[in-house]
Amino acid sequence: MSIRIFVPIDSGALSVGAEDVAQAIAAEAAARGLDIEIVRNGSRGMYWLEPLVEVDTHAGRLAFGPVTPEDVPALFDAGFHEGGMHRLGHGLTEHIPFLAGQERLTFRRVGITDPLSLADYEAHGGFEGLLKAVGLDGAAIVKEVTDSGLRGRGGAAFPTGIKWNTVLHAAGPDKYVVCNADEGDSGTFSDRMLMEGDPYCLIEGMTIAGLAVGARHGYIYLRSEYPHAFHTLQQAIAKARDAGWLGSDVAGSGRSFELEVRLGAGAYVCGEETAMLESLEGKRGIVRFKPPLPAIQGLFGKPTVINNVMSLAAVPLILARGAAFYRDYGMGRSHGTLPFQLAGNLRHPGLVEKAFGITLRELLLDYGGGSASGRPIRAVQVGGPLGAYVPESQFDVPLDYEAYAAMGAMIGHGGLVAFDDTADMARLARYAMEFCATESCGKCTPCRIGSTRGVEVIDRIIANENRDANLALLDSLCDTMLNGSLCALGGMAPYPVKSALTHFPQDFGIAPVTAE
Amino acid sequence: MSVTPAPVVPPEYRLAAIHAAVDTHRARPGALLPMLHAIQDALGWVPPEAIPAIATALNQSRAEIHGVVSFYHHFRTSPPGRHVIQVCRAESCQAKGGVALEEHAKRSLGIDWHQTTPDGAVSLEPVYCLGNCACSPAIRVGDEILGRVSCARFDRVIEGLCEEVPA
Repeated sequence: MSIRIFVPIDSGALSVGAEDVAQAIAAEAAARGLDIEIVRNGSRGMYWLEPLVEVDTHAGRLAFGPVTPEDVPALFDAGFHEGGMHRLGHGLTEHIPFLAGQERLTFRRVGITDPLSLADYEAHGGFEGLLKAVGLDGAAIVKEVTDSGLRGRGGAAFPTGIKWNTVLHAAGPDKYVVCNADEGDSGTFSDRMLMEGDPYCLIEGMTIAGLAVGARHGYIYLRSEYPHAFHTLQQAIAKARDAGWLGSDVAGSGRSFELEVRLGAGAYVCGEETAMLESLEGKRGIVRFKPPLPAIQGLFGKPTVINNVMSLAAVPLILARGAAFYRDYGMGRSHGTLPFQLAGNLRHPGLVEKAFGITLRELLLDYGGGSASGRPIRAVQVGGPLGAYVPESQFDVPLDYEAYAAMGAMIGHGGLVAFDDTADMARLARYAMEFCATESCGKCTPCRIGSTRGVEVIDRIIANENRDANLALLDSLCDTMLNGSLCALGGMAPYPVKSALTHFPQDFGIAPVTAE
Repeated sequence: MSVTPAPVVPPEYRLAAIHAAVDTHRARPGALLPMLHAIQDALGWVPPEAIPAIATALNQSRAEIHGVVSFYHHFRTSPPGRHVIQVCRAESCQAKGGVALEEHAKRSLGIDWHQTTPDGAVSLEPVYCLGNCACSPAIRVGDEILGRVSCARFDRVIEGLCEEVPA
């Protein structure tokens, strides 16, 4: 029997040389006359070990990494393909503490299976949720999702079941399911990992959504920065259709659901749901006024379910295992798990799926291993470029939607970007305004003009030009943007700015206030 | 997806590519972005003669089509160099030396953002997150994403690109 060796095809692993490693292993095995099978899996999410090569043994999969093509002959010399020891070895993959402590529900297959193998998917619990859904009516599916407590994982945390229920009861024969895969938030990559590592999970979740609300057509709006995910999804959709999981007769149910991927074109604001709809319709990505809600009048004016990749990918398990199974994870009103993405200056960056309630300190130190530079972690931006900078004094607040909102921060899509003590928080605050100016759709004045004025005012504060007056001006500007913007882009860009000012005033040349 | 176009594309080939893209996608709902992608994939940019061709096919005004092309960062209205390099400017990359890499890229190529080297080899663009934040800093070369890019690795990449196309 041939030996199975896993080399990820995830774009993060490829970005650090996984393709060359796979080729080197194939060539070396051929030269030695060894019978091996190379499986291209997704990433386990331990990116500091990528390219992470795994060998299937009777005891489980053994991990070796980070592997370079130059290491390959020595790995074979050490007999790594037969369980031999090597300095790059980490023992059984599942026992690596970073992975062993996780609660992987949405990511339960990612890194384990061949992303495009339907047989692999089904062998690991795939399509169980869809087969359950096929036997239920729309209202029963919606009830299951509502009872699970699932809230929108794109950042807004709106209850998914309530959104679906609105679309279910909306009138008209034409409805749509749109997956927001415009994962533009910096520091986030869980959508990409899932689409590249377990695309059928998203397809299954969207199909269940279609059956639930009575939609026959779905779109995945994918950002153009994800070329690998695009190709993987295209292939997965074609295979799923050929196998009868999509198309005119979904899983023998007699009901139809078609799915296609549409590429964005590098506009961050198209991650905002109404701008995304405009873009899908072939227009400029300009934010719409709400109401009408997209659930009533969405894509092409029809009732539309819009969910993030992570929300939709959680659905198959909820159907397969029941609402209670999922709801029992988490704390307060934050049910289930969130795939946190550890990025920036960390020793062990990667993906950690845990139930809500874990703290930043646990994620940064126990999983992230502290800073990569060895210096103290000074601030963590949580929730993307519009998220607040969280100082060390708040690292013990549990990650729960309500607890974060209460301290003027947000969990968003679960991205964490760590900075060590060399970070200049004034420059990062300036960058937040600059980013908003670059990406503003231009429809509302607070965002369009405010962000440009924000850059100028911060520049004057940093240069100590009339600092007190400009600080008052910045405060007022942030207030205008927060309360007067049409969407979250202008409405939240002040969060990183204000949090940087509050927690790190010395970086702006202001003496820290000791009263707090 | 972005490709490396031939240095000189004859005008008749350009028109043929535009019409092929228009004809392939015109019947799809929301056809405009797929059309523009197809044109840019074939030619490396969206040339001005694409605008009236699309406008006619979609029964929209040229101003509307131009408005869409100019809205999206991805679409180019001038031909790029043989290779397009995007350097991530987002926070995770900043936390891992991205700012130094940005400066190194501009200095070593002798160009600023959205410019092309005088020999037409490389165009430099900023990008706001490639989703490779656990391997920061990241760049994109064509459709290839590269991670943990030190200034030295950047130089090796550029060297490799320049070797591919003999001067």
